[in-house]
Amino acid sequence: MTRFRPVGCIFAVPFTHRPAVQLLREIWYLMQKDFRLEWRQRAALNGMLLYVGSTVFVCYLSFVRGGVLPAPAWNALLWIILLFTAINAVAKSFLQESRGRLLYYYALVRPEAVILAKIAYNAILLLGLGLVAFGAYSLVLGNPVQQPGRFTLVVALGALGFASSLTLISGIAAKAQNSNTLMPVLGFPVVIPILLQLIKAAKNALDGLDASPQPIYMLLGLNLMVVAVSYLLYPFLWRT
Amino acid sequence: MKNWWKVLAAVLLLYTVVMGLLGPAPRLPILNETIRNLYFHVPMWFGMTIILTASAVNSARYLYKPSYRLDVLAYESAQTGILMAVLGLATGSLWARFTWGTWWTSDPRLNGAAIAVLIYGAYLVLRSSITDEQQSARIGAVYNIFAYCAAIPLLFILPRLTDSLHPGAGGNPGFSKYDLDNNMRLVFYPAIIGWTLLGVWITQVAVRFTLVKHKLYEKQLA
Repeated sequence: MTRFRPVGCIFAVPFTHRPAVQLLREIWYLMQKDFRLEWRQRAALNGMLLYVGSTVFVCYLSFVRGGVLPAPAWNALLWIILLFTAINAVAKSFLQESRGRLLYYYALVRPEAVILAKIAYNAILLLGLGLVAFGAYSLVLGNPVQQPGRFTLVVALGALGFASSLTLISGIAAKAQNSNTLMPVLGFPVVIPILLQLIKAAKNALDGLDASPQPIYMLLGLNLMVVAVSYLLYPFLWRT
Repeated sequence: MKNWWKVLAAVLLLYTVVMGLLGPAPRLPILNETIRNLYFHVPMWFGMTIILTASAVNSARYLYKPSYRLDVLAYESAQTGILMAVLGLATGSLWARFTWGTWWTSDPRLNGAAIAVLIYGAYLVLRSSITDEQQSARIGAVYNIFAYCAAIPLLFILPRLTDSLHPGAGGNPGFSKYDLDNNMRLVFYPAIIGWTLLGVWITQVAVRFTLVKHKLYEKQLA
């Protein structure tokens, strides 16, 4: 049963005296709010899906004459598509918040809840977009993956990694004037370490030979560090 | 004497240049005389790491207690750090030309260094694209700390996990008994201190210049 409450449902955040529980509750309500907003203005969501679809199709048309794509190139191209999708999807997470609405959150919840909720929301959104991109991509360009389960896990980790490293960047870029050009400039270098580990882990899953989980551990470590730094730094950013 | 460390920097750098170019060095195949690059290339990265750490620390201090001086310290230190990183890339590239036979090659350590320079380049772009002074300082400080945390694994953790052409790769941090003997240590350690002090000196001059400009500007406004 879904109960439709107005967007102002954060008003209903019940208060407890335990800070950790309160934080989780705030994150939960903020995420609900983000999903509800996304669902109500479906233009943005449809736009992102079309973006994924047309990018995949452009790649298909560009590579179809070359015959079957070799596996490393297939992998690299998929991750480039996912990277650009992520940059575009995450960029709007803070741009869509008006100044007044941010002030409203400031009065109701703590900043840590805002950034963690945005990271979680972006991770789920990117996971959905990533799976759609992976499906469409393997539909038109073939699927040479030996271990699909492991590869899907890497895509999920990729969504988490892109979301955690790009969310704070989008918060920073939203404060500047030319935020649309600033987002890739700030985001690409920061995301490259994660991207390199992702490509390595994905290549391992693709070949199905090397079972070393080292890139996965590296990814988890990098994600943890980036989330921790975002958690610590966002309270300083949001009041400006 | 208040400025003893500036004298020390000058003496150490003079010693580094003279002894580095004329002093004894082991005769090794392929490396030959390029081994002397150790006195110029490696201290650049040492100095860069120390100065960028200072920049991140000043940014953190700014966030806890905002003041114009701390912001200028963080910004100018980052600029000196970038200068040293670019010089480190240039000296490394020159060395690679004569030992590996190419200016640049796809190696984890080289790529990590290049990306770290890109990350800090983005910091400069961010600073110049926000016109409001306090906003620029605050947001710049947040990004600076984020950039530091992203750059350190690139330079020090990721390259050590894979094989690399770069000397000191494959698990061990840098010095090995094959390419560093005691004669070289006598020049190498002073070189690190000398170049780092020079970086601090450059930063100090730049910080003072900015502060004086700011003071003059305020006087004109008044």
